[in-house]
Amino acid sequence: MSAPDPQLLTGGEAVAHALCQIQPDVVPVYPITPQTPIIQTFSSLVADGAAHTEIVNVESEHSAMSAAIGAALAGARTATATSSQGLALMAEVVYIAASMRAPLTMAVGNRALSGPINIHCDHSDSMLVRDSGVAQLFAENAQEAYDLMVMAPRIAEHPDVSLPVLVCQDGFTITHAAEPVTMLSDDEVRAFVGEYRTRVQPLLDTEHPATHGPFAMPDYYFEFRRAQAAALEACTRVVADVADEFARLTGRENHAVEEYRLEGAESVVVALGSSAGTVKDVVDELRDDGEPVGLLKIRSFRPFPTTALRVALDGARDVIVLDRADSPGGAPPLAAEVAFAMAGLDVTLHSHVYGLGGRDLHPEAIRQVLHGEAPRYVGVRGEPCPA
Amino acid sequence: MSRLKTLVEERRGVDPLRGGHALCQGCGIPMVVRVVLGTITRPTVVVNATGCLEVATTRFPTTAWNVPWVHVAFENAAAVASGIEAAQRALARRESLPAAEDVAIVVFAGDGGTYDIGMQALSGALERGHRFLFVCYDNEAYMNTGVQRSGATPFGAGTTTSPVGLESFGKAQRRKDMTAIAVAHHVPYVAQAASTYWHDLSLKVERAAAADGASFVNVLTDCPLGWGHEPRLAPQVIAAAVETRFWPLYEVVDGRYRLTHEPARTQPIERWLDGQKRFAHLLRPENAGLVEEIQHAVDRDWAELRSLCRGDANGAAA
Repeated sequence: MSAPDPQLLTGGEAVAHALCQIQPDVVPVYPITPQTPIIQTFSSLVADGAAHTEIVNVESEHSAMSAAIGAALAGARTATATSSQGLALMAEVVYIAASMRAPLTMAVGNRALSGPINIHCDHSDSMLVRDSGVAQLFAENAQEAYDLMVMAPRIAEHPDVSLPVLVCQDGFTITHAAEPVTMLSDDEVRAFVGEYRTRVQPLLDTEHPATHGPFAMPDYYFEFRRAQAAALEACTRVVADVADEFARLTGRENHAVEEYRLEGAESVVVALGSSAGTVKDVVDELRDDGEPVGLLKIRSFRPFPTTALRVALDGARDVIVLDRADSPGGAPPLAAEVAFAMAGLDVTLHSHVYGLGGRDLHPEAIRQVLHGEAPRYVGVRGEPCPA
Repeated sequence: MSRLKTLVEERRGVDPLRGGHALCQGCGIPMVVRVVLGTITRPTVVVNATGCLEVATTRFPTTAWNVPWVHVAFENAAAVASGIEAAQRALARRESLPAAEDVAIVVFAGDGGTYDIGMQALSGALERGHRFLFVCYDNEAYMNTGVQRSGATPFGAGTTTSPVGLESFGKAQRRKDMTAIAVAHHVPYVAQAASTYWHDLSLKVERAAAADGASFVNVLTDCPLGWGHEPRLAPQVIAAAVETRFWPLYEVVDGRYRLTHEPARTQPIERWLDGQKRFAHLLRPENAGLVEEIQHAVDRDWAELRSLCRGDANGAAA
């Protein structure tokens, strides 16, 4: 049993160590910035014998997810990792992985989508697969990235879920920044994760042949899709149960939402990922000045905690949603979710897009946002400020 | 003829691909599948690329398959097989394989899922050397979507996207030599076969399945609908491809080429072109030059292949 002293790890390293402790049977993966440190670290751990995993160095992310589906359906605990264009390239197969109910985990180092090509963080890659039917959990820091990665197989492999679970961390801001991370011991992780059990009839069980991925026409396709939606609905409860159990083990909270100083809050920011940390600092400052502000951090973007969010935001006057992705010509993805969750409540919704392509979100900008002084697109040149 | 007996015997009392599927009358694909799966004596997992075979055999809630079968998408069958094979190795190492016997992994893909959209995943899987057999049922066009030209469509063939018209003689480009591309990956076993030469195909599958690594078998397979011939004439049509040397039967074992069938005598390419609607226009007098061009290419390719072959058709080393 290793001592629970924190170690200085980047988010990428933390997730790689989590993978090493989980010991997936198969990890098909393709390099892409800023995910690469995850697979590099994991590969060296496997090379040293710390994990016994078949790493398949595939020739594209499309093949990474395709091989991951093959491995998961064959009966192996499977994980992969990607970012940005890699997630875009594999998007077709991410949808299919969900529809085939392949229980696998994927670490995502969130990065802007081209073009122009960029390597830094935003959430447009995750949002591209928003409707694919996979679960997506967002970390605020390296510790959460580690924690969520350890939780992910339990969620993915739960018989009521049996879906891919994506553990998302902001590219560079988390993947490459070293922070103190408290890990569990190998034994604790192994006990927590347990043996790989799946509701899927494994392909390698040739005595019990099953047909996976059949052709479904209008007489059955809709039922398949409805069953997938039900799996994500069930996932809400499973995320809560697994987070409860994880909290009992570690004392660390990793539920679908985190309420930060919401008591009596009139203005509440809703955000995903590392920016939540910056928002917390600003909330603390403004609270010191007597301003009733708070933060609702979303960890589970899929399944979206609609009910929890509605309960938490009831009573607020202004809800300010910070999206690190845009939907040109429409509502940004997080804002759309929040608006749906708040329908009928007497709350004013403010939607802002920030940080595209790795643009920093400074505390001053968050103060402006909270004071209604920020433009819709925060931190972009030439944006007119509200009158 | 013991091979024939083995092939027609239902393996463990259950035909791996049962009747009742929706493939067209006269389609060559089920014959290829049955010869391949009938030859492999080990339990087998089948990976299928999107295409006629997949669509026509797995209309939910029915399935024609009595072996574990998986379809994910069009372009990634070899990648899916890679994952299954990696799982097999991982589970073997921790002694958790569900089956006691060694399981064979076989991919079936059409020429679209092999030559074109599937080539990247295939190339990656061949390069990595996963132990699996990739079988291309090459019917020389996108038949499932209604006969569109592919990288495997021969020069001069009319398809719905290389139509014959007042200013077009059909496909203006030569077909890709996918078998040679597979050979370039230095895998232990590559072969070119034809659907109705079942004995030759079966021998090749046996060697391919025994290979310690990736293997590739490219099987010319008739499509009465897309080629425009009567279903009952499939054996003659396929024989014409082989006997005119348009589609030579050969294998490449650890880089060594061997012809597995030597056509008895030189036959003009017209014998292959005749009797298929997709080529009918080529036999008009004004297209004699095109036929000459096709003949020239066939002769040149044959001479090249002949020079690569170190053994004769009976397998004796030269």
